[in-house]
Amino acid sequence: MVTPLSIIKKKRAEAIGKIIGGGYLSTKRVYVGMATCEIAAGSQEVMAVFKKAIEEGLADVYLSQKGCVGRCNLEPTVEVVEEGKLPVKYGKITPQKARDIIERHLKRGEVIEEWTLNNLEAKAQKGIREYAVTLCDGPGCMHKNSKKLAEKLEQELKEKNLDDKVSITLSGCLGMCDHGPIMIVNPGYTMYGKVKEEDIPSIVNDHLINGRPVSRLIVDEDYLFNRFYRFFGDVNFFGKQMRIALRNCGISDPESIDGYLSLRGYEALAHVLTEMTPQEVIDEVKTSGLRGRGGAGFPTGTKWEFTRRAPGDEKYVICNADEGDPGAFMDRSAIEGDPHTVLEGMIIGGYAVGAQKGIVYIRAEYPLAIKRLEKALAQAKEHGFLGDNILGSDFCFHIEIRLGAGAFVCGEETALIHSIEGSRGMPRPRPPYPSIEGLFGKPTLINNVETWANIPVIILDGARWFSSIGTETSKGTKVFALAGKVKNTGLIEVPMGITLRQLIFDIGGGVSDGKKFKAVQIGGPSGGCITEEDLDTKIDYESLQKAGAIMGSGGMIVIDETSCMVSIAKFFLDFTQNESCGKCVPCREGTKRMLEILTRITEGKGKKGDIEKLERLGAMIKKASLCGLGQSAPNPVLSTIRNFRKEYEEHIYEKKCAAGECKALIDYRITDKCVGCGACKRICPVSAINGAPKEAHVIDQAQCTRCGLCFDTCKFDAIAKG
Amino acid sequence: MDTHVDERKNELIEYMEKTKKQSHPESCLIAILHKAQQLYGYLSKEVMDEVATTMNIPTAHIWGVATFYHYFNLAPQGAHTIYVCLGTACFVKGAGKVLDAVKEELKISVGETTPDNLFSLRETRCLGACGLAPVIMVDDKMYGELTPKKAVEILRSYKK
Repeated sequence: MVTPLSIIKKKRAEAIGKIIGGGYLSTKRVYVGMATCEIAAGSQEVMAVFKKAIEEGLADVYLSQKGCVGRCNLEPTVEVVEEGKLPVKYGKITPQKARDIIERHLKRGEVIEEWTLNNLEAKAQKGIREYAVTLCDGPGCMHKNSKKLAEKLEQELKEKNLDDKVSITLSGCLGMCDHGPIMIVNPGYTMYGKVKEEDIPSIVNDHLINGRPVSRLIVDEDYLFNRFYRFFGDVNFFGKQMRIALRNCGISDPESIDGYLSLRGYEALAHVLTEMTPQEVIDEVKTSGLRGRGGAGFPTGTKWEFTRRAPGDEKYVICNADEGDPGAFMDRSAIEGDPHTVLEGMIIGGYAVGAQKGIVYIRAEYPLAIKRLEKALAQAKEHGFLGDNILGSDFCFHIEIRLGAGAFVCGEETALIHSIEGSRGMPRPRPPYPSIEGLFGKPTLINNVETWANIPVIILDGARWFSSIGTETSKGTKVFALAGKVKNTGLIEVPMGITLRQLIFDIGGGVSDGKKFKAVQIGGPSGGCITEEDLDTKIDYESLQKAGAIMGSGGMIVIDETSCMVSIAKFFLDFTQNESCGKCVPCREGTKRMLEILTRITEGKGKKGDIEKLERLGAMIKKASLCGLGQSAPNPVLSTIRNFRKEYEEHIYEKKCAAGECKALIDYRITDKCVGCGACKRICPVSAINGAPKEAHVIDQAQCTRCGLCFDTCKFDAIAKG
Repeated sequence: MDTHVDERKNELIEYMEKTKKQSHPESCLIAILHKAQQLYGYLSKEVMDEVATTMNIPTAHIWGVATFYHYFNLAPQGAHTIYVCLGTACFVKGAGKVLDAVKEELKISVGETTPDNLFSLRETRCLGACGLAPVIMVDDKMYGELTPKKAVEILRSYKK
């Protein structure tokens, strides 16, 4: 009998055939990162070098683009994959380096160690290895002594003189707790389960020396997410992560539906259409414990159930891709790297709640994501995953794309609905909730990009498995955009329950430029700061809130000692004030007054009682505003007052900005270290610096605009700021 | 010149007629304004009137929508639009100084266009390239890991 499942199996076989026919089994495969950031870092030029080489006769090399893998500060990235060998991952590749990779690596087989991610990254094991061993160090495996295993393995490798041929990475939870402790050996992705210390010698001897995996220990389970580790498991930055929503980002060509099909794409949809009733799908999502990843953390399954139960034949499903939080790029990367996952999630959602139409509301500022989404839509239609009678079933579902036009408030669901309806994006009071009365007055299910991307995994790998990851109240993983003053900036996905310290210091590599950690800002303009003291806070919705921040959509900015917290608070308030839609008075007027106070504090005109006034106003705005924007707008101010009250007081009473950021509160002076080189004099845009060559220079304070260019330029450390 | 204007107008009208065949055509207003801006570079009063007539939507409503969203320009733009990202990551990494340098170089403020109509300057909140902060975007090309000096060099390269 022909079922959706049998159709998808056939399609997958065809897709794999096409990929292989297209040269996928070539001796060498080269992947070049082609997401917005990669392109900004110059990956198009790198891609062109490889293309040209192939045109000019470089044989047996399969070239493909890939989505963002999230290794931002080492972009553009390039991977060289050869069967039976560890994939080689290069970072910061220029066209010249690409030419060298072609000559040395592709033609002569020489791995260029100094450009590999492991060599470029802090805390990674250096050197080129033949084998990469990943040991799960999640809570389950740690409990079963994974650390002891690592020690034993290290000792055994040393004895056999293999320690420079095999790398060992301790990973975060791999979600295989039933089989723990887990050990993965690459290349080949052999997964060993229930490994005991006494098994180590045979693994080393049989597998790592003689190349014969130890069959009695092999776990033969194929989870969707762990394909990622076949490529990236041996890089510390990735090994510590767990990729569910971003499972295909960076390992597949986002513009190829064959790529997605080969990774079991649309199988979850086929499974749902073949074997599950809508109610069973909802129950599965409920059991998984998935909560909305857009920020508020409402239980997803419950939301689905409300929409399903709402009376009416006409229903809508919306994907909220209006990622307006400054400092966040999770949704953009997810769509650019794997657009089909989001579509598949939405189609399943449509089936579950009984909707006929889906809409992706996406920021107009993301042209590449829009382009890839459009392409994916056309491909899905062509394959019969969208449209009438999907995969031969009775289910009909259509998706269209609607562009935002730059309004942060449209991330709020009722404002978003108004925007899709063609109006100003202004929120309205709830209830009625959109699940009852949403788009065009019809029941509407709205979920965020990351939430949708989790759905196919929950269906295929099971709600029970999904709910085994994370904490009591927060299941699964969360994607964060880690940026600011941190060594390894990037897109990361970690299991709920790991601590902020692990995230910032183990994965992020700590604060950049040897500076001291001051705070981490989580949740953007709606969130708050967490200081050193609370760095051991676990990542879950409740713990973060208790520590004074919020989960938010996933923006995470590390702040070091050179940043002024009053300025940071002012920055966020300036943003929310500007984005306030103006509908309700507390938000419209209140944020304006708060901003005025903050502005005068940073300009050295702060008055006694200003801090208290900010606190009072903040509390009032939180209580009285209509929507989430206003209700959370004071958070960055209140949280910095709570944690850095002294800094506010210094600004107001001592007219001092210790971080040296508030221009009105600092001045620049040339010290006796000056050798009279004249560099500062030349760069000063207002000619405020005087002095004869080889004599100490002087800054005319009346003319100085405190731009700081002289400070940045001086090579002799002769300019003091204070 | 006139025929060129007509072509744009025809294309816009054709686009609107297509949306009218869908259910809830009024919901396509933002898409129509995107299309108009793509064709004309900005939304003039005449264009908004045109949309109002064709779509049977009050001009006041269209004006309300066009002024609500940052993405829509209400005045003609220069040949190149410079977006200086003022997202959090860029802010923390010195976007303010980059913006100052750009303003100084072009002698205009945010929202303005240079007298020679070469550059328009706009600020934007997060282009999503936080790992490369601070960044600016000129038209649709992004430049990352900037210093004030590098930003000025990039602008000068567009003057040639």
